[in-house]
Amino acid sequence: MKAIAQKFNATFGADMTGPAIAFLAVMVIFGLAANNFISSATFGSVAFQLPELGLLTLAMLLPLLTGGINLSVTFTANLSGLAAAWVMQSYGGVDASPAAFLLGVLAALATGGAAGLMTGAAIAYTRAHPILVTLSMMIFLRGLGEFLTRGGDVSGFPSFIAPIGHGSIFGFPIPLLIFIACVGIWQLLLTRFKLGFGLLMIGSNIEAARYSGLNTRRILMLVYTLSGLMCAVAGVIMLARFNSVRVGHGESYLLITVLAAFLGGIDPFGGFGRVLPVFVALIVLQLLSSGLNLMGANQHLATALWGVLMIVVMAARTIVSTYIASRRKKG
Amino acid sequence: MRRLILGHTTEFTLLAVMVVLCIGLSFGTDRFLTISNAFDVLNVSAVNIIFAVGLLVVLISGGIDISFAVAASVVQYVTALALGALGGGNWAEGFIIAGAVGIGLGLINAALVYRLHIISIVATISTFNIFFGLLMFFTKGVSIYDLPEWLTTRVVFFEHEMADGSWVELTLPVVVMILCCFATWFMISRTTIGRQLYAFGDNPEGARRFGINIGAMHYISFGWLGLMAGIAGLMQAHYAEEVVPNALYGRELDVLAATVLGGARLGGGKGSVIGCVLGVLMVSITQNGLNLMGVSPFAFKMIVGAIILIAITLSSARIDKLLPFLAKSNAKRGSSHS
Repeated sequence: MKAIAQKFNATFGADMTGPAIAFLAVMVIFGLAANNFISSATFGSVAFQLPELGLLTLAMLLPLLTGGINLSVTFTANLSGLAAAWVMQSYGGVDASPAAFLLGVLAALATGGAAGLMTGAAIAYTRAHPILVTLSMMIFLRGLGEFLTRGGDVSGFPSFIAPIGHGSIFGFPIPLLIFIACVGIWQLLLTRFKLGFGLLMIGSNIEAARYSGLNTRRILMLVYTLSGLMCAVAGVIMLARFNSVRVGHGESYLLITVLAAFLGGIDPFGGFGRVLPVFVALIVLQLLSSGLNLMGANQHLATALWGVLMIVVMAARTIVSTYIASRRKKG
Repeated sequence: MRRLILGHTTEFTLLAVMVVLCIGLSFGTDRFLTISNAFDVLNVSAVNIIFAVGLLVVLISGGIDISFAVAASVVQYVTALALGALGGGNWAEGFIIAGAVGIGLGLINAALVYRLHIISIVATISTFNIFFGLLMFFTKGVSIYDLPEWLTTRVVFFEHEMADGSWVELTLPVVVMILCCFATWFMISRTTIGRQLYAFGDNPEGARRFGINIGAMHYISFGWLGLMAGIAGLMQAHYAEEVVPNALYGRELDVLAATVLGGARLGGGKGSVIGCVLGVLMVSITQNGLNLMGVSPFAFKMIVGAIILIAITLSSARIDKLLPFLAKSNAKRGSSHS
């Protein structure tokens, strides 16, 4: 048993334990409780629902790793979606060309990046608490979006963008492929790039990082800009999925993204954490809600159970670590 | 006086900004600077101020709570159902039930933070989802409109018709708000428990070694916020004359922003009731002024957001760090003086 545990830790890392156990538990419980749970339909629905929440979680992930947080992710995504929508509308709406769509995506990325850069600059230069800066940014962006759209929604896009929200290539949903590509980019960034190392160091101890010669301001600004860019990707996917943009779409995801990240073993104080456990945690959350759906419960019960799952995982971590600590003392 | 100002920089800065804002707005519109409008602003912000002073206690003790607004919704629903089961009830029963349920929900958060060592933001995001998910699941999102008669009747303690025909009204939510502010002020600055909360928020380990009961601090701070959330929930139901399960959803972040604007520090050990009240009032006054000036309601949140963003950025920024050349010239001047 111990050998298996060690092998597991060596292969996947210790922070994978929580999500992996939760994954197995969800699979077993729903596999027994609902007879049609383990089917391609379930996995299809998970695959299509995962990317929205997943991309926003990725956007939340980098700031969390630096010991910060980005509460403006959902509204940054909305505003980026709006930017894309307007570009397409001004180039003919339903008759917009693929080039107009590309231009729209660029506009979305620019909007998301700019919002992120502003947030990052405010945090890096004033040293205000990230919760405050991003919270006020969130209120501002929500207000800006509502002001620009008058609370309504923008729709009427060319039909060729629908596959980005609903289509499949070789049986794999396109949004899922985009999401997996983004997971890959984040994984590379954190493990192979100087920026990834730097942001983890900032999360551990920002003063020590600064005295070690890291340009902490630049790294923080880049982190929040990347977070904004990821929001823009989420915004474009949401645009394609709903075929409309509305300020407030996905608003309820905001705190779920934080929950998913912590469930995936991200240290709440920053500095430690990896992308893959978060990916597994996201799948667990989505499976939980799909399973409950199959059994006839609604999304709200799933939301409540997400909270319960989070508490169980965090409590288990505390209990295990105190147990290990007491064992070490004796040994 | 000098010491008073230096000790409460945030509060005085906020007050100064508010005075400037009020003067500006009173020139912009002739309706703004009237007593009846001032009472309107108070009536509108009463619920948020009750929330804010509760949250202040948790912030002072070094925690954070995301779940209180949703908890207040749970309280509203449970109270409405319980009062129905009691066959009507009255104000005393309403306050007791709302307060007790609120405290209960607050203690759940405290137990998670203290017993299971889950840090407060993670614990309260989880309970936020649990409270809201279960509330929506059990109520199916259905609102309650047939509240007891006494709960929906406006209670006016004082009213007076002004010369211009407008009414000055001192309503129940405002009176309750003043009582809550006073109680919170008394607890955090006039009792041993209050001093211990500040000490604990500033340095938990130091407070523990000093012999402060850490568990009690958690239960008291979250319990207090629960009580305030319960009372605020009841007041909101009274004010809106209905119970809508998702009416308060999202309120937590607005209240948090206003509280921190009023000088409470995330991380603990700092904050005052007066600052907290000023923070909420600042946001309400801005909205009220914009409304009177005829600005589109869609622009309100944007402008309020921008103001909070600027205020928080400026209050955290040290001018000498932002503009190094200014600091240098200051330092030179300082050295030449000495």
